[in-house]
Amino acid sequence: MTTTTAAASADATELTRALLTAADPRRRRVDRTMRILIWGAFAVAMVPLVSLVWTVLSSGFGRISLDFLTLSMRNIFGGDPSGGIYHAIAGTLVITALATVISVPIGLLTAIYLVEYGRGALARAVTFFVDVMTGIPSIVAGLFAVALFTLILGPGVRIGLIGAVALSVLMIPVVVRSCEEMLKLVPNELREASYALGVPKWLTIVKVVLRTSVAGLTTGILLAVARVIGETAPLLVTVGVTDSINFDPFEGRMMTLPVFAYRQYSQGLATCPGGESATCVPDIAIQNGWGAALVLIVIVLVLNLAGRLVNRWFSPKLR
Amino acid sequence: MTTTASGPPVQAPARRRTRRRTTDRGFNRAFRWIAVGSGVLMLAVLAAVALFLLVQAWPALTASEDDLAASVPRYPADTSLLAYVGPLVFGTLLAAALALALATPVAMGIALFISHYAPPKLAQVLGYLVDLLAAVPSVIYGLWGIFVLGPAVLPVWEWLGQVLGWFPLFAGTVSPTSRVLATVSVVLAVMILPIITAVSREVFLQTPKLHEEAALALGATRWEVVRTAVLPFGRSGVISAAMLGLGRALGETMAVLMILSPGFLYSFKILTSAQHQTIAAYIAADFPEASGLAVNTLVATGLVLFVITLAVNMGARAIVARRKEFSGAN
Repeated sequence: MTTTTAAASADATELTRALLTAADPRRRRVDRTMRILIWGAFAVAMVPLVSLVWTVLSSGFGRISLDFLTLSMRNIFGGDPSGGIYHAIAGTLVITALATVISVPIGLLTAIYLVEYGRGALARAVTFFVDVMTGIPSIVAGLFAVALFTLILGPGVRIGLIGAVALSVLMIPVVVRSCEEMLKLVPNELREASYALGVPKWLTIVKVVLRTSVAGLTTGILLAVARVIGETAPLLVTVGVTDSINFDPFEGRMMTLPVFAYRQYSQGLATCPGGESATCVPDIAIQNGWGAALVLIVIVLVLNLAGRLVNRWFSPKLR
Repeated sequence: MTTTASGPPVQAPARRRTRRRTTDRGFNRAFRWIAVGSGVLMLAVLAAVALFLLVQAWPALTASEDDLAASVPRYPADTSLLAYVGPLVFGTLLAAALALALATPVAMGIALFISHYAPPKLAQVLGYLVDLLAAVPSVIYGLWGIFVLGPAVLPVWEWLGQVLGWFPLFAGTVSPTSRVLATVSVVLAVMILPIITAVSREVFLQTPKLHEEAALALGATRWEVVRTAVLPFGRSGVISAAMLGLGRALGETMAVLMILSPGFLYSFKILTSAQHQTIAAYIAADFPEASGLAVNTLVATGLVLFVITLAVNMGARAIVARRKEFSGAN
């Protein structure tokens, strides 16, 4: 009896081993196909990224010069290749800075509310609607800002402040989300140690929680700035366009880099009566558009990189 | 969850109240009210967006058809506002749906690649590369779409038009400029890849390790682990990720504005030019020159877009929020 069972179980073991090692070829084929497909999906996503960055670099680089970066487009017509994007850079920086000044206090305080105070129905509602707000289309944010300021200043007003308000609507939810994540990372022991020393809660938040997470908060804010600095549509409807330098967001139209790139693109080819020469380049507008796109993408990438590096270098080493 | 742990959990309510009285005063109270106020302000902003859009859209909503036809450019006579917005809504939904159909499978592949296939040390960097796609400004996508992608995909569109011309989507004359809805959908798909990937990746990473190990112990291959353990666990997450992507695609403006040659038809011919227009691109194209009732009409179409995206986003977020409660039990 023992011999037969031993033989049978040996047979069974052999059989199992055979089954396992020579796994069904169809299953292996499916596994391999799916592996290729999944690696392929990633490769497919990299194609547009590489192509896009390469196109912007190669098309925009030829137009970059000191003149291009330090002159405006005032009194530049047709195919005149002088003129530059200084007014657009100035407008982008002023409007984005103003949007940041509006968004960061509100966003940071909301994140503090959600992490330190929030519980119950109100906190749940705020969390939910902050998430929903991240999905507001940028053009709708622009229309909202226009609608708001039409009631205050009357119709047809185009100033930088309206654009900054539109950008804030897009920026605040991003700031809240990232700051909330960072504040949650602060260990509770730090708060409790502070309370045990008799420090009031608000001082604990300012001196302990914010101090500890300052690197993460900086990262979150930099990434939020990078997200809105390239917005075009809301600025197109709120700020208008101009060819001159304007640093005052409370008076007059302003130009911004993304809107400049779009406007130059939509101008198309210029007519040069005497053919292409040093003073008339037919496709100068397209070249200007690519140049502005290159400056813009460099700003965005630098902000992204700075954000990641700040977090890596300055965040406190937690166990 | 960490904050609720502070303070003794089982305390008589009376004692709590005395504690609060002694500490919640002065700066402490002021700071708390400022924080709560910011939270409430968030809700107020969302409400204000809806309210101000409605106020500005109201004149157009109540105006007669003749008034609209007189003051709004390209407004056909004897048409209600609803019939006027209809083709725009159709174009918006068609472009977004096509983009979603293109992007979702690829995004799921990337998410699985980063969560289960890529070498773990590289995964974070690769995920960051995909996130970079989201950082590129939309106006640059527009330039890229018109100058690089358009010419590149034109042979594909011509081939589709020849071989699959009987299929309603590919019917009609293939536009030689490539400024068609098909090209727009491809650009939109690239733009919404990062958000779908990011959300699906998070969900796939939450798959309980025990489920995966159980599948491996039964002799499953890598793909069978994914199919039997990861995908069923992540299904609702992927659905909500796709809906978030849909919300982005619905509201995208510049890429559509720059690439598409617009038309105002209920048409499925995505390879033919001058057939479709989306709400967002329509507003951006006409708003800078609009005045009077035309502005109100554009704001009204914006209100329609806002309602659609709000509904899609709220649905997606509700699914994600419900998931969170359940996934704790796993």
